Amino acid sequence: MLRLPRLRYLRPASAQEAATVAEDLGTRAMLVAGGTDLFPNLKRRQFDPEILIQVPSLPGIVKEAGGFSLGATVTLAQAAADPGLQVFLPGFAEAAGLVSSPPLRNAGTLGGNLCVDTRCNYYNQSHEWRKSIGFCLKKDGEICLVAPGSPRCWAVSSSDTAPVALVLGATVELTGPEGSRMIPASALYRDDGMEYLAKEPYEVLSAIQLPAEPGVRTAYVKLRRRGSIDFPIAGAAVALKLDGDIVVSCRIALSAVASHPLEVPGAGEFLAGKRLDQEAITAAAELAAKPAKPLDNTDLTHFWRKKMVRVVVEQALAAAAARSA
Amino acid sequence: MTVPDRTGSVGRSYPRLDGSAKVRGQAVYADDIALPRMLHCKILRAQAPHARILSIDASAARRLPGVVAIITGRDLPIRFGILPVSQDEAALEEHKVRYVGDPVAAVAAVDEETAAAACEAIEVEYELLTPVMTIEEALKEATDEPIQESFSRRRDNIHRLVSYEFGDLEAGFAAADHVREDVFFFQGNTHLPMEQHSAIASHVDGRLTLWSSTQVVHYVHRALSRVLELPMNRIRVIGAVHGGGFGGKTDPFAHEIVVGKLAMLTGRPVKCTLTREEVFYAHRGRHPTLLWYRTGVTRDGRITAMHLRTALDGGAYGSYGAASVFYTGTLQTVTYDIPAYKFEGVRVYTNKAPCGPKRGHGTPQGRFGIELHLEKIAHELGLDPVEVKRRNFVKPFSRTVNWLRVTSCGLEECTAKVLEASGYAQRERRTGHGMGFAISAYMSGAGTAIYWNDMPHSEVQVKVDRTGATVYCGAMDIGQGSDMVLAQIAAEELGIEPRDVRLVTADTDLTPVDLGSYSSRVTFMAGNAALEAARKMRALLVEAVADRMGVADLEEIDVGGGRIGEFSFEEACVIATTRFGALSTTGSYKPPRIGGPFKGSGVGPSPAYSYSAAVVDVEADPRTGIVTVGKVWIAHDIGRSINPLLVVGQVEGGVYMGLGEALMEEQEYRKGLHKWPSMLEYKSPTFLDTPPIETFLVETIDPEGPYGAKEAGQGPLLPVIPAVNAAVFDALGVWVDETPITPEKVLRALDAKAKGKPPRHGPRSFPAVPYGEPIRVDPPARDDLRVGAELEAAFGQTPGAH
Ligand SMILES: Cc1cc2nc3c(=O)[nH]c(=O)nc-3n(C[C@H](O)[C@H](O)[C@H](O)COP(=O)(O)OP(=O)(O)OC[C@H]3O[C@@H](n4cnc5c(N)ncnc54)[C@H](O)[C@@H]3O)c2cc1C
Ligand code: SF4
Repeated sequence: MLRLPRLRYLRPASAQEAATVAEDLGTRAMLVAGGTDLFPNLKRRQFDPEILIQVPSLPGIVKEAGGFSLGATVTLAQAAADPGLQVFLPGFAEAAGLVSSPPLRNAGTLGGNLCVDTRCNYYNQSHEWRKSIGFCLKKDGEICLVAPGSPRCWAVSSSDTAPVALVLGATVELTGPEGSRMIPASALYRDDGMEYLAKEPYEVLSAIQLPAEPGVRTAYVKLRRRGSIDFPIAGAAVALKLDGDIVVSCRIALSAVASHPLEVPGAGEFLAGKRLDQEAITAAAELAAKPAKPLDNTDLTHFWRKKMVRVVVEQALAAAAARSA
Repeated sequence: MTVPDRTGSVGRSYPRLDGSAKVRGQAVYADDIALPRMLHCKILRAQAPHARILSIDASAARRLPGVVAIITGRDLPIRFGILPVSQDEAALEEHKVRYVGDPVAAVAAVDEETAAAACEAIEVEYELLTPVMTIEEALKEATDEPIQESFSRRRDNIHRLVSYEFGDLEAGFAAADHVREDVFFFQGNTHLPMEQHSAIASHVDGRLTLWSSTQVVHYVHRALSRVLELPMNRIRVIGAVHGGGFGGKTDPFAHEIVVGKLAMLTGRPVKCTLTREEVFYAHRGRHPTLLWYRTGVTRDGRITAMHLRTALDGGAYGSYGAASVFYTGTLQTVTYDIPAYKFEGVRVYTNKAPCGPKRGHGTPQGRFGIELHLEKIAHELGLDPVEVKRRNFVKPFSRTVNWLRVTSCGLEECTAKVLEASGYAQRERRTGHGMGFAISAYMSGAGTAIYWNDMPHSEVQVKVDRTGATVYCGAMDIGQGSDMVLAQIAAEELGIEPRDVRLVTADTDLTPVDLGSYSSRVTFMAGNAALEAARKMRALLVEAVADRMGVADLEEIDVGGGRIGEFSFEEACVIATTRFGALSTTGSYKPPRIGGPFKGSGVGPSPAYSYSAAVVDVEADPRTGIVTVGKVWIAHDIGRSINPLLVVGQVEGGVYMGLGEALMEEQEYRKGLHKWPSMLEYKSPTFLDTPPIETFLVETIDPEGPYGAKEAGQGPLLPVIPAVNAAVFDALGVWVDETPITPEKVLRALDAKAKGKPPRHGPRSFPAVPYGEPIRVDPPARDDLRVGAELEAAFGQTPGAH
């Protein structure tokens, strides 16, 4: 079978200690939480650290004034089943509950999901396979096999919870050796398949704050081949505020159509002040789909995925509208 | 054959004998076996699809601490292959590689990591050759050299060509009111067993023992003997507990031979377990196949003539391919009555993992095509497709135009069951909702052995001593439950419970030969052999008991409920051993000659065919093209169900696998490589993705099956695939004339329809193939059911092959 490389495994007591150790060890070490993303990647030799630093157990889900605070080690299963989230932020619980499969949701964490590696079917392959086809930019190689003329990597942001965090205006807490800082979730990501996180590699994502504004309705719609296990090949997160059937505000973000979770502000702004009827939904979805540029590096064809972006946005808007505020 | 009443064990649903061990993790699969001083083996595989090997330098690898032995093609030069006509594989290739994944060198080391590191350290210098990746390319003259240069005398990459004409095709088409042509494509897909292939060898005192996850211990035995140059009496092959095969473990494989060789060289046990990626390379799965049909029908939909052409993409090696090409065409006639039939097939070599037998072996492609073709014919004639199919059903106890003998046939009963249960005729008519219907047939074991011989296909021994009864049989339980069936048959005859029968199976030192778990043959053939052996033993027990009781008429001795006459079974064993001494009986089964008087008539005949019918209900979204299966109703003519629980399990497994092939599975290649050799990216449904399945078992009590039983392992997969396509047509009015039905293909078909083009997505044409002159065969009399010597005697008088 495919085996993990030989690794040292460290268990620091706190996020800060983890960050300190991580900074000291530099590229020789990586952080690991549930390992559901990292372990398969290590078996395929997509990374070659010598040391793994366990993200220590952090606080759970806390309802606060104005929202929720979730420790990064809250599992996806916990988030999906949390009664508070289900009532106030159903779109977030929904996204967590749509990640991969039941056993993986029991192990996979929210922090890991927000930091999950970008994906590409030229890259998520064994070392031998990648050697046979010729290594690519993201690991060991010089060119991109999907877009050979391009100087950059187009690997796909595949987190289901990240777009929901974006539309909620979530904040993430990053803990470094010197302490913590808060940044908007939208500032965590970069449009780059390789350097997809705008944080220091040693910084531990320790918590996520999800505002739960009264009247905001949320939904997440995910497209994938098998409802039982697959990563998204397109997805839409919506946070919608209505006054009667008039849109007060709307934020829309997409998953799996770019190297970062892609917020499409134009579409949301277009809806503001409009009646949320089928015509408005169709027009907004059209706008939302424009910036989506799926490439031929995931399941199913990118032509079809491009067409489907509109559909998932429409479905997410309709689902959010149908939710009670 | 008399049908016993059901107070015995036959016909009862027993859970598997090994169910508890498997659920509790006690079952010892090949990879679980660990012997003292064992070494681990890794195989270095080709990283180019088509290349000459210029040099192999293993010197650095040999110096790695922990590496014990490294071998290359030079150490294993003898070629092998499952079919005598296709001895085209080497355990390790010395001069040339033919697909990414072809084995090149093997390392035995103290652990798997070291063996893997040593493989990485072996330097192979390749001279790249142009890869051939499609059927069309393979039909052309080779750019550099043919892929299998020494196994083909041709300049192209054609492996096999077959061409037959049964009956008068011209007259058949002349009698038609309507003629239609269609082209279809069936995509390749793989078996995806849960358990990867694994083998472990030990060479002690000049004897080699191999434990392997295989469906065919006997053929592995033969291949080891050939390549390792050891007499068969020095080799013992044991089928380890099996984690699934579906046809993917029916060839002898490189890793089995390699661990044998390394065990001989090192004097230590050696184990090799393939990675999931390597399982995709070992493959032997469904052949990607192009099909072209031309059929003549009368106004009321009766077939007058059919002409079928198929082209199979075989991958880099022969495997079962010479048979697979026949199977795409030969079994068309055992479901529909075709008075004149021309079949032409070609199999080509390409630089991909070798194709072979996957559940249904060659027939799902032909089944897919014929079912959709008949649907289209019916729609064109303005007739109900179900009615058109029914009008053409073969009759029970008849002979087909290509000399296949049909015996029991429950097609009509199966059809009636699924139509009624699904409410097909009253189905809701609305855009986006549809139902599709299809039928199929499959063999209960091939009528001829893989290598020519007149010996039995299955042999069984039953032993009784003072400790009870034991059944010995070479059959390999690959999860289908053949062990349970053997136990039930012996228990039925000896009047005891199945759990009281000890079984020794799939061990070439201990058990008599059974050809293996392929071709749906075990219940029928090993079952018949077991029945014979058990009946002989029962007769001895009854005789001894009657003697002890002073009863003259043996008929008066009742057997059943754990008793023989007035004694318990255990007492009867003691009495019989006292009377006769050591007690052992044997049974064997060999199918009679069934095929017609022409070359190639050995592929297709079977002592009995199973029949199935299915209705599939779908929702097909015209906006997204996404097809969701709501429910499957399936009826299967099992002949007699020895264990209904196991039969239903086989039927459901077939349905699930068929749905995967219909909707998502694709053995796709890109830049010369398998596109997604992993369980996550190669899409196959999980049980959460499987819809409700309602199964009906139809019992036609076949005259030759044990207690009337026929097969269940393969047939039920077949109708599911075309039924899905038919349901999509019913829902949206468009055809997807290929597998799998991806959402994009549905949208393309809808797009074509909107533009006024033919409402379909699929292949446009069939390539030109140099099939050559057909072998012309006169059809038999349709009521001629003779087999064996009687049939052969008749060949003298019948004008057979021209
Ligand atoms: C079969 C399969 C299907 C999957 N399907 C999906 C899917 O549908 N949607 C989806 O979004 N994901 C999917 N995943 C990926 C993964 O399971 C989830 O994203 C999961 O949430 C990752 O969490 P984890 O705790 O296991 O992360 P890990 O594997 O432990 O880590 C993932 C990455 O994040 C980093 N990291 C983890 N925690 C922190 C932290 N607190 N601070 C800083 N860095 C951190 C790690 O260094 C690593 O680079 C799938 C995985 C598999 C194997
Ligand atoms: S997008 Fe290009 S560079 Fe990035 S992983 Fe895929 S092939 Fe490699």
